[in-house]
Amino acid sequence: MNAVKLKKGASSFSAYDLKNFSGDTEETHTLAVLVDNEAGVLARVIGLFSGRGYNIESLTVAEVDHESNRSRITIVTTGTPSVIEQIKAQLSRMVPVYDVHDLTVEGPSVERELALFKVLGKGDKRLEALRTAEIFRARVVDSTLESFVFELTGTPEKIDAFAEMMQPLGLEEVARTGVAAIARGH
Amino acid sequence: MSRQMTGADIVVQALKDQGVDTVFGYPGGAVLPIYDAIFQQNDIRHILVRHEQGATHAAEGYARSTGKPGVVIVTSGPGATNAVTGLTDALMDSIPMIVLSGQVPSFMIGSDAFQEADTVGITRPCTKHNWLVKDTEMLAETIHEAFHVATNGRPGPVLVDIPKDVQFASGNYISPAKADLGHYQPRVKGDKDAITALVELIEKAKKPVFYTGGGVINSGKGASQLLRELVKATNFPITSTLMGLGAYPASGDNWLGMLGMHGTYEANLAMHDCDLMICVGARFDDRITGRIDAFSPKSKKAHIDIDPSSINKVIHVDVPIIGDVGHVLEDLLKIWKSRGRKTKTADVKKWHAQIDQWRAVDCLAFKNSDKIIKPQYALQRLEALTKGMDRYITTEVGQHQMWAAQYLGFEEPNRWMTSGGLGTMGYGLPASVGTQIAHPDSLVINIAGEASWLMNMQEMGTAIQYRAPVKQFILNNERLGMVRQWQELLHGERYSHSWSEALPDFVKLAEAFGGKGIRCTDPADLDDAIMEMLNYDGPVIFDCRVEKHENCFPMIPSGKAHNEMLMGEEDTQGVIDSGGAVLV
Ligand SMILES: Cc1ncc(C[n+]2csc(CCOP(=O)(O)OP(=O)(O)O)c2C)c(N)n1
Ligand SMILES: [Mg+2]
Repeated sequence: MNAVKLKKGASSFSAYDLKNFSGDTEETHTLAVLVDNEAGVLARVIGLFSGRGYNIESLTVAEVDHESNRSRITIVTTGTPSVIEQIKAQLSRMVPVYDVHDLTVEGPSVERELALFKVLGKGDKRLEALRTAEIFRARVVDSTLESFVFELTGTPEKIDAFAEMMQPLGLEEVARTGVAAIARGH
Repeated sequence: MSRQMTGADIVVQALKDQGVDTVFGYPGGAVLPIYDAIFQQNDIRHILVRHEQGATHAAEGYARSTGKPGVVIVTSGPGATNAVTGLTDALMDSIPMIVLSGQVPSFMIGSDAFQEADTVGITRPCTKHNWLVKDTEMLAETIHEAFHVATNGRPGPVLVDIPKDVQFASGNYISPAKADLGHYQPRVKGDKDAITALVELIEKAKKPVFYTGGGVINSGKGASQLLRELVKATNFPITSTLMGLGAYPASGDNWLGMLGMHGTYEANLAMHDCDLMICVGARFDDRITGRIDAFSPKSKKAHIDIDPSSINKVIHVDVPIIGDVGHVLEDLLKIWKSRGRKTKTADVKKWHAQIDQWRAVDCLAFKNSDKIIKPQYALQRLEALTKGMDRYITTEVGQHQMWAAQYLGFEEPNRWMTSGGLGTMGYGLPASVGTQIAHPDSLVINIAGEASWLMNMQEMGTAIQYRAPVKQFILNNERLGMVRQWQELLHGERYSHSWSEALPDFVKLAEAFGGKGIRCTDPADLDDAIMEMLNYDGPVIFDCRVEKHENCFPMIPSGKAHNEMLMGEEDTQGVIDSGGAVLV
């Protein structure tokens, strides 16, 4: 018989198995989730992520088909491969969910995010901000004598890079939409 | 046929059209129109519980023992929040249940009105789905969809929140046949290629084991029948989780007993040493697997489950089959037969010989006493004296629950109602009432611990009111026994708050409620006392005074593998190590 001898009061035994065996490395995936645009659907999706301890890097949602009342939620998430599979399975079984696409594995896709940057400054700094914006193809959507608001669309990395460049040039505020993504081709 | 009626009448009509004969509930301001509609009809029987948690567990007992969904009506605010534990319990154990909650009038939502609570917000994570109905025109369709969602795919609890003005207003009633049930249509047929892959593994397996769970029971009586046929035809051994007991008969030749933390030696070792594990409607819960990285290291694993999120969640499997157990087993049998019904007969026979050696260890043997009633003995006697009866068993949560699973035998599905996933103390008494309401002429026994039983003891009043002759068989050890066991084994015998200093006199309590009380303290009197309980036509509280310090074995401590079981007190003897004082 293989019985272990458990000493009374042994502290190495716990009610739960405390070891975590998920040693795999984390990946980032972009998921497109098609849902009924009904009350509470976003809370449901977000509740799933927080309740099960999944990460949300970015999340966007808007109705995409008024006729059929469907919204598209784009979620950028990170996790080990098995966690990503779980996330997809958990999303798929929700009642208001039609379809879950993992854009990261389903072939090439494009990802875009829109951001607004408020930059304060005078003189050289102001000129430098404007020059940098031109290089990034950001548009000026508002200006006063001492401020600009730039609009930039691009990958999240491009937006990160622009924010970094603007930091020393008087960056005051950033507003980002989060990622919208779609598969390439047809 | 569509017709105009009030929201309250729509609720009652929809329930009738869904085939509901019984609802469990408790009235209040926000559901008065529905109660008015209930008053004016005779098709649906309303059972007035004593606490909304009791209503949910009663509905669970009703659902589990009939295979039909349980229906609950509660008022807004505290009525709805009291239902949260039952909803969570039903979600964890995949019990179909529909809770209809009243809500403050829709124009008052958000104003902190009297008895307002964000019921859909609170119950979102503990339901399969929920709805707030803001328009009477949507009410019938929503209720029909609620039944559809609760009973299709992996069953579970749903909630429909109905503001009072929606109950008063008029709207169009539509029948279930006319209702748009949405796009929720989980597939029930398994993939043929995957099933064929499993058949190939079955043909080659030398040490196979069926590991079955509550999914078999949820799939319906036909699924249990197919499972029995498959086990018989292949001669493979079979074990089950707590939730799956009864799908295969305990008297069957291939039965290993329950597996897991308090499972049998033979079941757990068969799981550990097998070369093919066929998981049918179970979910690799942590009470089952023990240490994950040492879980059945040498086996190929197949997993049949209707919920894709159960596959590969905990344990990676080689052959996943997504589908309803009944449908998949039917196809599996068909394919296996068409390929010549092959198994490695000689090897499987050898495997049985090995299992018989493990069985000979007699892991459920215990030291009996002629002075004190041992809880195991009490259950053995109860089993012997009720054998062959038309019997339903519910339980509370704790040691008594595990002993009941070990020492009672279940021959049929839907005969065993217990809180598995959530482990809800207070489940058993109301569940026994719900079960008895569904089966008025059957014997319904709740195997209880005294501590759990007190958690919903008010439901004794419900039993009395509806003449539900439930038998409350309390294994009274005056301890939170399961907690005490862990404290003894894992926390240096420091018994922090694991006993009650002031227990009621259960016999007087029974009499106070209007039932019968029986106390038994001597093993020599036990049989007569049990017979007295069985022969009494009415609710009984049986105060069975048992050994206070008995531990439940076998036990796999968490974080240990299936082959590292504690078999009895001998395995736990030893001094407290000095490190034991520095507890984590
Ligand atoms: C609602 C709830 N609270 C706490 C627990 C933790 N718990 C598990 S078993 C147990 C003791 C149960 O005592 P009793 O009902 O007397 O059963 P026994 O173990 O003594 O047979 C406790 C407190 C629980 N499962 N449920
Ligand atoms: Mg107790």
